[in-house]
Amino acid sequence: MRLEKREAPSAAMLWVAPLLAAAASVLLTGLLFAALRVNPLAALRLLYIDPLANANGVAELALKMTPLLLCALGIAIGGRANVWNIGAEGQFTMGAVAGGGIALVLGPGGGWYVLPLVLAGGIAGGMAWAAIPAALRVGANAHEILTTLMLNYVAQDILSWLVHGPWRDPQGFNFPQSKTFADAATLPTLWGTRLTPIFFVALLAAPCAWLLLQHTSAGYRLRVAGLAPAAARYAGFSASGTVWLSLLISGGLAGLAGIAEVSGPIGQLLPTVSPGYGYAAIIVAFLGRLEPFGIVVASALMALLYLGADGLQMHLQLPLSLTGTLQGMLLFLLLAADVLVANRIVWRRAP
Amino acid sequence: MAEGVLILSIVVATLRAATPLLLAGLGELVAERSGVLNLGVEGMMLMGAAAGFAVRALSGNAVLGLMAAMLAGTAMAAVFALLTLRLLANQVATGLALTIFGIGLSALTGLPWAGVPAPGLAATIWPGLAHAPPALQQVLLLDPLVWVAFACVFAVDWFLRRTRAGLALRAVGESAEVAHALGTKVLRIRLAAVLFGGAMAGLAGADLSLAYTPMWAENMTAGRGWIALALVVFATWKPWRLVAGALLFGFVTIAQFQAEAFGLSLSPDLLATLPYLATIVVLVLISRDSTRLRLAAPAALGKPFRPTD
Amino acid sequence: MPDSPPPPPQAATPLLAVIGLSKRFGAVMANADVALSVMKGEIHALLGENGAGKSTLVKMIYGLVEPDGGRIEWEGREVRIPDPNAARALGIGMVFQHFSQFETLTVAENIALGLGGREMPDALAPRIRETAARYGLAVDPNRHVFHLSVGERQRVEILRCLMQAPQLLILDEPTSVLTPQEAQSLFTVLRRLAAEGCAILYIGHKLEEIRTLCHTATVLRAGRVAGTCDPRLVSPMELATMMVGSELVQPRRRTHKPGRVVLTVNDLTLEPGDAHGIPLQGVRFELRAGEILGIAGVAGNGQKELLAALSGERLSRPSAIRLGAEAIGALGPVARRRAGLGFIPEERLGRGAVAELSLAENSMLTRLASPVVAGGLVRRGAARALAKRLIERFKVRAAGVGASAGSLSGGNMQKFIVGRELDARPLVLLAAHPTWGVDVGATIAIRQALLDLAAAGAGIVVVSEDLAELFEIADRIAVLSSGRLGEAVALSQLTLEAVGLQMTGHATAECLDAA
Repeated sequence: MRLEKREAPSAAMLWVAPLLAAAASVLLTGLLFAALRVNPLAALRLLYIDPLANANGVAELALKMTPLLLCALGIAIGGRANVWNIGAEGQFTMGAVAGGGIALVLGPGGGWYVLPLVLAGGIAGGMAWAAIPAALRVGANAHEILTTLMLNYVAQDILSWLVHGPWRDPQGFNFPQSKTFADAATLPTLWGTRLTPIFFVALLAAPCAWLLLQHTSAGYRLRVAGLAPAAARYAGFSASGTVWLSLLISGGLAGLAGIAEVSGPIGQLLPTVSPGYGYAAIIVAFLGRLEPFGIVVASALMALLYLGADGLQMHLQLPLSLTGTLQGMLLFLLLAADVLVANRIVWRRAP
Repeated sequence: MAEGVLILSIVVATLRAATPLLLAGLGELVAERSGVLNLGVEGMMLMGAAAGFAVRALSGNAVLGLMAAMLAGTAMAAVFALLTLRLLANQVATGLALTIFGIGLSALTGLPWAGVPAPGLAATIWPGLAHAPPALQQVLLLDPLVWVAFACVFAVDWFLRRTRAGLALRAVGESAEVAHALGTKVLRIRLAAVLFGGAMAGLAGADLSLAYTPMWAENMTAGRGWIALALVVFATWKPWRLVAGALLFGFVTIAQFQAEAFGLSLSPDLLATLPYLATIVVLVLISRDSTRLRLAAPAALGKPFRPTD
Repeated sequence: MPDSPPPPPQAATPLLAVIGLSKRFGAVMANADVALSVMKGEIHALLGENGAGKSTLVKMIYGLVEPDGGRIEWEGREVRIPDPNAARALGIGMVFQHFSQFETLTVAENIALGLGGREMPDALAPRIRETAARYGLAVDPNRHVFHLSVGERQRVEILRCLMQAPQLLILDEPTSVLTPQEAQSLFTVLRRLAAEGCAILYIGHKLEEIRTLCHTATVLRAGRVAGTCDPRLVSPMELATMMVGSELVQPRRRTHKPGRVVLTVNDLTLEPGDAHGIPLQGVRFELRAGEILGIAGVAGNGQKELLAALSGERLSRPSAIRLGAEAIGALGPVARRRAGLGFIPEERLGRGAVAELSLAENSMLTRLASPVVAGGLVRRGAARALAKRLIERFKVRAAGVGASAGSLSGGNMQKFIVGRELDARPLVLLAAHPTWGVDVGATIAIRQALLDLAAAGAGIVVVSEDLAELFEIADRIAVLSSGRLGEAVALSQLTLEAVGLQMTGHATAECLDAA
């Protein structure tokens, strides 16, 4: 077997490859279930179908989708500019910390202005956390993959310190958690489910990201910088501008995701506020091929995996760590299938 | 005397904390010198840690555990190699997927052993360890993996600088196209380098779960795979400088636990940020001289090679 | 040239015979039914335009590309050459056009890798010195390649081949990077090798060179053999016609009336951007409207740095560079472009254009302003119209404005880039190697476009290693050597030899005397 480069990427394969990857993924997941000694068909049903059985399930899916979609859009915008933000997890956490901090400081009083302030605080927190790697990359050439990743651990430790120490709820029976946020600082829920309006903000963010990338001069500069850095230099596009823009957008979106989580379904600060959304979003961004609309689909799929894994834990006592395994496997398979977009396979007998 | 033992214990603890970083870093260093950037170190380490602990627990044999760990790391690296070398997938994306996959799969396979206590490697080898005099006890705590790690530095340095195969590996990392034009088997060399990186990461994981903190816990590497990646940059891709980096980090890790002994009372959560902050500081210091870094870095790092063109 | 090559010794069977060799890359037939035979001691030229299939043919002979059909015979026996090691085992050596060297390794390490044996570099050093001395190719085995000049690097390449006592030596356009003097000393070595019985397959496109050096010439056109001849017995025009397949039309020169000064460079001094770079030292020149200034020089003498400083990718003292009266030394590329500076970079894909983007999107690369951009938004229609205009005006062969830049041939892509920069009506245009690696048709079109732009009143700076090109279109020529720019001299007072001497770093005054 040999790979031969196509003259132009295959448009058909662009659609076929993800389907192939999905089919192979279902097959491998079934095998994995068999290896874990559970009935593969029952488990697959719990994983992919049961979460969507009723309206509440769909709302839960949308709720899980929200942080994944927001974080992945930011990662993808950076990725298109060849700026790899692995730090969405930390920016998510710092968004929760900053916005949550405002909610705690304002306390039970306050009016309509509280919630916008809390949300803005969350966005600013995520941006500020992403500004550190941006400054280090622009000022000191330190690679953002490693700095953003390190800052994830730092953000987690800061949150843990806050809820164990200064921000611990005095009436919380010594549990490491903050007071619950006041109503004015909490997102409204819709239709009797836990879904918040931020889901629609996230959905709207996708066409905005597409507009930015495809129809603005700033987006054009980002794409050129990502595809051909030498062409960007030749054209005179600022390299540091690219880094700042993509990391600040990325951080702001992750921060929004973080505050939406704590002022939404969680309602307070806990030692951990993300079950790895920031990391899963990297997978989502790649699964969506760094394209905003692809990412909408990929985030829905990934949210389904999270919900399905909850169901598997509840009904079959399978561990939650299954999620990461399935996520990684799915991306492996898509990366492998994507080879067919740019190449064709030539079967040849040995000479 | 007591002070002497304290200093000795700090030295020993530093060496022990440096060992996993050194092992994983050396493996990644070799892979990167061949031009392949594998961001999956964390995932390979975790698989090594889980597999090593499980096999030792099942067989009661630590050596078998270590071998299983290396095999697990190699298997993970083989997946990476298949995707990036054979199918020309993006190295950054594949490496990240490998880490996320490894975190999940190690948690899944290690589940039965989570929280199960086990004796450390040193205690297994020296059954009388607990009753030895304090100073001797410290020296004996330097388990064989510590020595193996340092021997590996020697070996890798010698291999890269003094052997034909090492020369070919460096050449492939410099320019796969030129090496190919001269008749060097690029993919074969890169495959070997990536698999070596996997075996070393697996061993580093086993060092954590069998020797350093003898137990298995989900995500127990806590970013050490990533710190190892940063150390390779810090070392400007030279084995001996990796030792300096690993020792520095070993010391920072230890300082975190020893802080109270020195009368520093800070929240353990804030102290835990030290190694990560130190990584960032070190990266900034080494990266500021961008020209030097570019010269030291393998020129073909991260670039895929298609043999048919 | 007084010395004509000695006749090749006659032998019954050719050393190398290629019979019916074919190779297809996708839709392109790179080689179709190619036949060629080389005798012992013969210097055999392989001629053809860019893309005629010369490189593919020698890569098949050297085991780098696997043929689809046909066979290769070595001393009368059919052989298979799966990789370069097999080629070397037969006694075939190859000197690549883009040197196959590792910059960060030493000469000895490079040669050791190229020999493919088991020997360690240290053990090779004495043998390297010995071979180098025998052929007069002075090289220090322990030096790192990035310290070497282009000429020295080529010596390393040749030395690498000589170390294995080759019976056939293949050279791919070896003089394209050499000064005329360096080329002469290369020919001395090649003649000596041929006299010792080594066969030489020499790829080239400089017809004069081939007429003085080679015994036989095989001409390739569009992947097929267009003819074989004795180059000493046919005229350059006949050879050129055989290569192109039709009569050539040379660009028309205009009569040159220098206008006001449009570009002034005054004491431009710049540290190199990276460790392999060359510092610019006190560069000064003036460019007038309607004038084409040629900057000659061997690659690696500061061309990259000079272009970066002029285009704005590197900044300098504001008054070091003036466009008209405006001091632009401290302005970036966008501001300089707005002030009326155009720039055609050396690399087409990845610098002058983005391979993955469409022509419409590539037309915006240096035109990201009104009318293509309005209020931060890209007006797709305007971009498509611009691309369409460029395609029509400069006769770019492409599938349409939606075709990706990577799908165009080198010549067509270069026409598009040149067109984009010309269409912006620059006051001053910088052109780096504007016809490098471009087919003859596109070369003539591009040179004509540059001449027309100058005739319309713009000033043009052309940086090129191709002296023939500069002599064809420039009004004055200055030589860049070790980061210093010599005096710009009018074409009428220059000879090729004088410029060549300056390129090797000899004093300017002597050259002028010689001229």
